[in-house]
Amino acid sequence: MKKYVCVVCNFVYDPALGMPEDGIAAGTAFEDIPETWSCPDCGVSKADFEPVEG
Amino acid sequence: MAAPDAEAGVVILGSGLGGYTLAREFRKLDRDTPITIITADGGEAYSKPMLSNAFAQGKDAQTLALKTAAQVAVELCITVLARHRAVRLDRNAKQLVVRQPDGGETQIAYGTLVLALGADPRPYNVEGNDTVRVHSVNDLDDYAAWRDGLAPGGRVLLIGAGLIGSEFANDLAGAGYAVTVVDPAPWPLGRLLPEELGRELAQALTGLGVTLHLGRSIALLAPGGAVLDDGTAIAFDRALSAIGLLPRVSLAAEAGLVVDKGIVVDRLLRSSDPDVFALGDCAQTEAGPLPYVLPLMSQARALAATLTGTPTMLKLPAMPVAVKTPALPMAICPPPPGAMGAWVVTGSNKDRKALFTTADGTALGFALSGTMVAERQALAKEMPALLE
Repeated sequence: MKKYVCVVCNFVYDPALGMPEDGIAAGTAFEDIPETWSCPDCGVSKADFEPVEG
Repeated sequence: MAAPDAEAGVVILGSGLGGYTLAREFRKLDRDTPITIITADGGEAYSKPMLSNAFAQGKDAQTLALKTAAQVAVELCITVLARHRAVRLDRNAKQLVVRQPDGGETQIAYGTLVLALGADPRPYNVEGNDTVRVHSVNDLDDYAAWRDGLAPGGRVLLIGAGLIGSEFANDLAGAGYAVTVVDPAPWPLGRLLPEELGRELAQALTGLGVTLHLGRSIALLAPGGAVLDDGTAIAFDRALSAIGLLPRVSLAAEAGLVVDKGIVVDRLLRSSDPDVFALGDCAQTEAGPLPYVLPLMSQARALAATLTGTPTMLKLPAMPVAVKTPALPMAICPPPPGAMGAWVVTGSNKDRKALFTTADGTALGFALSGTMVAERQALAKEMPALLE
């Protein structure tokens, strides 16, 4: 599963860790996060994340 | 110069977060319509909010650039004309006069034009400012110029303790620079924070080694030294001004578009010309100019839908602004301009919650510091929308 990075603030979503504080369990693929989720650091939407290449 | 089908295409002026986010969102909905981005900058994709905490991110001007203009062009299947400056807009002919990197001029036709021009730093006028280079950082080129020759441990005079000034103060002090901040306001973020939280931020910055001269202005600037209005002398190596932004409106105003503080747009982000739209820092919606990243991203998404055939009214929920001051993290959701009320502050020391509350007890805005920042998403849902 790919990590995703916020294009605005560089926050990285790591599916291995999930976001338990947002109710997203460890092991949740980025694609499976609800569309209403937003960046925990800067608040931009899920659409403003890009896959981390490599 | 213009391709035969470009007359039906979309031309975007500006390659900041506004222009590039619009292009990206547009391409999610429409792979075919030609898109040309014209930018006076180098066209690198970068995040402007990161400029004021680049040290903390371990970044410099080069590594802040996430992609080159050429990479963005390929990825989004668009044309990016970097180092091209739009000098005139001819709305009757639906074309732009553009100055090329070699200084020559060319015409570029548009079907739909989007102004994503951003804003200019507010000029800093003080006696002696012609004797000193006062930097301002508003784009990647500015940041490169600022970092170039900034000697490790050097003394920085920072003018302005607003959002960007406070972020820069934190970032530079954290990286070992000797930072002195001057601002006429009595506490940092004077227009956004109640006193209790402002004083905590001042204390946090001071704890990091920042010297604050609040309630003070510079009376005289000279090479290597400034004198404040109370006579205090400050020695510095480099000066940085962060005293706010002015929307870039001249191109639009000269073309006869309706302009106030920014380029006036309706709920579809359409200017007074139905073929010309504007978003981001240069635009002024019914909610006023909103020079923050969250409204800009919402605008880009709504405009992408509108321009691909689904007219979409801009809606903006309450949008908290994250203040990137790691010495004391903050989130602020300003009350609507002109709102009547008072701040009610709870919590203690660094961890505080301030609610801007009307006489009947309704909260219209908030400011959170320290651990209280965790409440910002939940609180934002209770605040009035910027645009219903």
